[in-house]
Amino acid sequence: MANLGISHVTKSFGSLAVLKDIKISIEDGEFLVLVGPSGCGKSTLLSIIAGLEEHTSGTITIDGRPVDGLEPKERDIAMVFQSYALYPAMTVEQNIGFSLEMSKMPKAERVERVGKVADLLQISHLLKRRPGQLSGGQRQRVAMGRALVREPKIFLFDEPLSNLDAKLRVEMRTEIKRLHQRLGATIVYVTHDQIEAMTMATRIAVMKDGVLQQFGTPENIYDRPANVFVATFMGSPPMNLLPATVVDGASGPRLSLKGTDVTLPLPSSVTARLAPGSDVLLGLRPEWLSLAMEGASANPTLTLHVDVIEPTGPDVFVALRAGEREIMARLPTGTPICPGEKRAFALDLSKAVVFDAATGVAH
Amino acid sequence: MTLSKRIQAALPAFVLSPSLAAIAICVYGFIAYTALLSFTGSKMFAKFDFVGLRQYERLFDNPRWITAVENMAIFGGLYVVVATCLGLYIAVLIDQKIRLEGVFRAIFLYPMALSFVVTGVIWQWLLNPGLGLEHMVRSLGWQSFTFQWLVEPDWAIYTIVIAGVWQVTGFVMALFLAGLRGVDTEILRAARVDGAPVHKVYTRIVIPALRPVFLTAFVIEAHLAIKSYDLVVALTKGGPGVSTELPSTFMYSMTFTRNELGVGAASATVMLTSLAAIIVPYLYSELRDDRRA
Repeated sequence: MANLGISHVTKSFGSLAVLKDIKISIEDGEFLVLVGPSGCGKSTLLSIIAGLEEHTSGTITIDGRPVDGLEPKERDIAMVFQSYALYPAMTVEQNIGFSLEMSKMPKAERVERVGKVADLLQISHLLKRRPGQLSGGQRQRVAMGRALVREPKIFLFDEPLSNLDAKLRVEMRTEIKRLHQRLGATIVYVTHDQIEAMTMATRIAVMKDGVLQQFGTPENIYDRPANVFVATFMGSPPMNLLPATVVDGASGPRLSLKGTDVTLPLPSSVTARLAPGSDVLLGLRPEWLSLAMEGASANPTLTLHVDVIEPTGPDVFVALRAGEREIMARLPTGTPICPGEKRAFALDLSKAVVFDAATGVAH
Repeated sequence: MTLSKRIQAALPAFVLSPSLAAIAICVYGFIAYTALLSFTGSKMFAKFDFVGLRQYERLFDNPRWITAVENMAIFGGLYVVVATCLGLYIAVLIDQKIRLEGVFRAIFLYPMALSFVVTGVIWQWLLNPGLGLEHMVRSLGWQSFTFQWLVEPDWAIYTIVIAGVWQVTGFVMALFLAGLRGVDTEILRAARVDGAPVHKVYTRIVIPALRPVFLTAFVIEAHLAIKSYDLVVALTKGGPGVSTELPSTFMYSMTFTRNELGVGAASATVMLTSLAAIIVPYLYSELRDDRRA
């Protein structure tokens, strides 16, 4: 268990920069998720932390000690791979014990450690089998066992759940989180799935095109996205972005929604002074819209055309239309609403985010 | 059923029937015929006077056959082991992301494109003391250099091993290289994280994963070794004396030049059954393993 520091790390292949000045640091026992679309550099960053790839410049520290240029085995890390990467000709027991064998641990101690990990992962009955005779979920457990048995300072997970079916993925997600809570281990986990990121992480790093977009707690990332990319990448359905213009009102600046004659007060979260006439995007999570009750709410309302209703069980996703623009709302199941209606929706602006329309950066 | 449908249904069987008939008669039919002849007293021509195991007794009383079997063990054993090890070693070297990989692959693979007769002739020249290696080294000034395996009865069989290995190694290399390339790169990364040094990665992880390739290489090499005939004929003609006689050359000379058809048939039958005794259990165990996995 240890803290991890990544400072000013860059990586380029010739003139192609795949990681640009990445700065992340986490404390002992944190669960860091690196998330982003394909090709954002998250797996490369993980390989660099593991020591499987060299970075071009910058420093990585594990437990306060710089590890640049060290081989993976000298960094005291363990890794779980996307394809599990089990050794096909070895039994489960040999697979899990291989790293201990390589570090010349006596056999008796090795067997004991492997047995303990197998108990923890409930794979004791599989120890004599070969990877070819296991199901996907069992292989996943063996791959985790291989990492756990080393009791490393940091665990690295490279999209470990992406080859499992949906049900198993949710189960394993919970299991990994349970293991994290139980062992208090420091974990770095790479995924492209924003739900995995939100559910598991204590810290999320959102990446795009080799640039760290935002680093923070899941709540922070979800409620206070740093830019339009983070706002739309995290959360499903994504955050609604409504183009608006800043106008002067009686009690300070207001937002005039484009294509409507509605003006809204500036969300309280906005601290910057916005010049009247500047173009912005108003970011609203789907769950911040609700059906307006008669006269009850103090929240501003917006009249929208109900386009499509998508029930998901606990919630209904409602695609609404304001002129050309589509807005998604997330309402509780049983909300009396029909496609084709025009209804008034209350907007909870307490958490709303305002982005600069040109740069996409949050104000 | 209409006529056209009937024709359609019968067409595959109809198209296949000539080759099936040819295989049934020319391969399995003649195997059975040879086995039958080995129990007869046939000399120059086939005749059906059954003599029980008499021809087998004569076969194993024949010192020339014993030499042939011993040579087979030396040649076959060395050929399979050396070609497998060397092919695997070259494949591992080529797998190290070297430059001009395609060129090296082609160079090692080309000998396979030659017929055994050509290989035999080339190596006959190379190993001939008066023409090849010995002559060359001596003409460079090392007058006492001798390399006369080809003409020494105790050593001649090893020249056949050299020529045979030279020819087949490239092919074995290609087999192993394909197998090595099939190993998931994440497994190699995992081994690095686990702290395994390069030689352990190969001996513990990669090579054990190539078990099916070993089987393929073994089956191909074993059958090439056992049926090798042209190589011996072109390189040594079984000589000096009978020192490089193999079961196949023995069988040919008994059957077609010594008028001992019965003994020849018996030797052919022994070759077939010993080959089957090696291959069948191996295939059986491998295929059963596949099904279980």
